[in-house]
Amino acid sequence: MTGEKIRVLLAKPGLDGHDRGAKVVAQALRDAGMEVIYTGLHQTIDQIINAAIQEDVDVIGLSVLSGAHMPLCAKLMRRLGEERLSHIMVVVGGVIPKGDIGKLKDMGIQGVFPGGTSFEESIRFLRENVR
Amino acid sequence: MGGATYIKNERGEVEEVILQSGVSVKPVYGPGDLPDFDYQRDLGNPGEFPFTRGIHPGMYRIRPWTMRQYSGFGTPYETNERFKFLIAHGQTGLNVAFDLPTQLGLDSDDPLAEGEVGRVGMAVDTLRDFEVAFADIPLDRIGTGLTINAVANIILAMYQATAEKYGFPLDRISATPQNDILKEMVGRGNWIFPVEPSIRLIGDTIEYSARVMPRTNPVSICGYHIRESGCTPAQEIAYAFEIAMTYIDHVLQRGVDIDEFAPRLSFNLDIFGNIFEQVAKFRAARRIWARLMKEKYKARNSRSMWLRGLFGGGGGGLTKEQPLNNIVRGAYYALISALSGTQTMALCSFDEAYTIPTPQAAIVSLRTMQILLEEMGLRDTVDPLGGSYYVESLTEQMEEKITEEMKKVEEMGGMAHAVEMGYVQREVARQAYLYEKALQEGKIHKVGVNIYREEEGEEEIELHAYNPAAAEVQIASLNEVRKTRDKRKVATTLRDLERVARKGENVMPYVLEAVKAYATLGEMTRVFKEVYGEFREPSMF
Repeated sequence: MTGEKIRVLLAKPGLDGHDRGAKVVAQALRDAGMEVIYTGLHQTIDQIINAAIQEDVDVIGLSVLSGAHMPLCAKLMRRLGEERLSHIMVVVGGVIPKGDIGKLKDMGIQGVFPGGTSFEESIRFLRENVR
Repeated sequence: MGGATYIKNERGEVEEVILQSGVSVKPVYGPGDLPDFDYQRDLGNPGEFPFTRGIHPGMYRIRPWTMRQYSGFGTPYETNERFKFLIAHGQTGLNVAFDLPTQLGLDSDDPLAEGEVGRVGMAVDTLRDFEVAFADIPLDRIGTGLTINAVANIILAMYQATAEKYGFPLDRISATPQNDILKEMVGRGNWIFPVEPSIRLIGDTIEYSARVMPRTNPVSICGYHIRESGCTPAQEIAYAFEIAMTYIDHVLQRGVDIDEFAPRLSFNLDIFGNIFEQVAKFRAARRIWARLMKEKYKARNSRSMWLRGLFGGGGGGLTKEQPLNNIVRGAYYALISALSGTQTMALCSFDEAYTIPTPQAAIVSLRTMQILLEEMGLRDTVDPLGGSYYVESLTEQMEEKITEEMKKVEEMGGMAHAVEMGYVQREVARQAYLYEKALQEGKIHKVGVNIYREEEGEEEIELHAYNPAAAEVQIASLNEVRKTRDKRKVATTLRDLERVARKGENVMPYVLEAVKAYATLGEMTRVFKEVYGEFREPSMF
C-alpha cells in the first residue's frame, strides 16, 4: 500500500439478519482509517459483486452467522473467478467452526475471523495483506 | 458479556462501578438513599398497582413460571420429535424456531432459500407442515411461542387452522407469535414489507385474535433482540415501550378500546450482565408500564397494566471461549429471571455460540430452571429483593434512565419514524461498538475472554449437523401438496387476499382461507409484496 486508504466492502450475504458484528467491525475499520462500505442485509452474491465493482474495493468481508458460510463462500469465490475479480481479497467472519477454517482457506478465502477476533488482529491482517 | 465498567485505583481497589445503563453504584446503601420512598405509591403489594413487585399476588406458589426452550430445526417431522422429547422432560410450553426462508416468506424451493432450508429452524411452506409439526401435541394445554415476525399473520393463521383441524376450541389455544416488526428492523433483520403496512398487518392480528382467539397473545414486543444487538438495558426497555406504543396507537385509531386488546400484549426481554441492574430494570419497567397504561391510555382493566412476559437468559452473555462456563452463567440468568418476576423463562443453551443446541444442552437448560424452582426456594416468596436499600434505589435510577431514553425517541418523532430514518439502528450499533471496545481494552471483564483465558485446549463442542437431505424431503413434500391441492381454490383465495389488502381491510380472515386452501407461504407473501412493496434499510454509515 502506498498511503492510499484500504477500501473494504462489508457484506451480509443470504438471509441471515444478524448484523451486530458487521456493524461493529465497520466502525472499527473506519476508526483505523479505512474506507468502509456496508451493503446492508439480504444480499445476493451477485449484488455483492456488483457493489465491489462499483466501489472499487480492495477487500470483501463477508459476515455469516447462520451456518451457511460454506455454500455462500464457495459461490462468491466461483463468481469472482468468472468475473476475473480474483485480485480482490476475501475474508469471512461470524460463527465459523474451527474445522471449517482450513476448507475456507482452500477455497481461496484469505482470512477467517470467527467471533471473538480482536479488532487489532483483523486490522493488522488487512494492513499486511492488502496488495 | 460482562455487566459493568470497573475503575480501580493504584492499589487495585475498585474505586468506581458504572453499570451499563450509566448508573454509578455506591459501596453501600441505606435509608438515606430512599428519602421519598412510599411503599404504596412506589411498589404496592404484588398484584397491586403499580405492580413493581409482580403482577400476581401469589406468583410462583400459584403458578410456576412456564419453561419454554427455543427449538425447531429441519423438517416438521424432526421438529415434532424434538417437541415431544422436551414435553416428555417436563417442558411446559413450546417456542418454535423457523428457518430463515420461512421467516422471510420464501418457499423452500425458492433459489434464495438454497442452503438455508431447515438450517436454523423448522421449514414451513404450507399448512401441511404445521399439521405434521403439531401432531399429538395438546394445544389446549401447551402454549406455543412462534418466533416469526414479517409473516406472523400467515403463521398464526396456520396455527389456528391446525388447532381447528385437530379439534381444539379456539378459546382454549394460546399462541404467542413474536410479531414485532420494528425490532426486526432495529436488530434481528428479518423484515420484508415497509414500516407502515407492516404495522397495519400487526394491527390486523391484534384486532383479529382479540375476537377469535382470546387466549392468544398476538404480539410479543421484543426488547430482547435490540439489547442483543448492542443497546443498554435502559434503552432495551425504552425502545420496547416505544415500539409497543406505536402498535397501541395504531390499534386505537381503528376505534378498538384499549382494554379489549392491551391485556394480551406481552413482552420478550433480555437477561445478561449485572444481577442487580437486571432485577431493577424489570421492577422499574413494570411500574413505568402500569402508569403509562393507566395515565396515558386510560386503561381501566388492571390486566391492561400488567407487564407480562418472557424474561430470558440471552445469548449475548454467553461466550464461545470455555463454553461450559455458560452453564454457570445460565443458572445466574435463570436466578435473575425468577427474582424479576417473569411469567415465562427460557435460557440460551451452553453450546449456542457454536450451534443449534444438542438435546443434552437443551435438557441442561431445562433442568437449570427446574432446579431453581424445586430446590432453591425461588418459588416461596414474591419479590424477595423488594425493600433492599440498594435494589429500591437502583430501581428508581433505572426508572429515570428508561424514561430519559423514551423521551429521546419521542423527540425523534416516535419509533416508526426513528426506525425509518435509522436513528435507533445507528445508536444501537454505536453502543455495540463502544461495548466491544471496552471489552477488548479490558475495561469490562469477561471470564475466559479477557481474563482467565486459556489459550490451549479449547473445549470441543458437539455440533448439530445440518442435514442437506432435509431440504430435499421438504421440497418433495411441498411439490406433493402443490399437486394435490385444489388449484382453483388457491387462485381464488389469493385473489381475494390481494383485493382486501389493497382496500386496507383486516386481512386475517382471508389469510386463513388461503392457508386452508394450502396456498404456500411464498404465494401469500408475494401478494403482500405486490401490494405493499418492500422495506429499504436506511443507510447506516
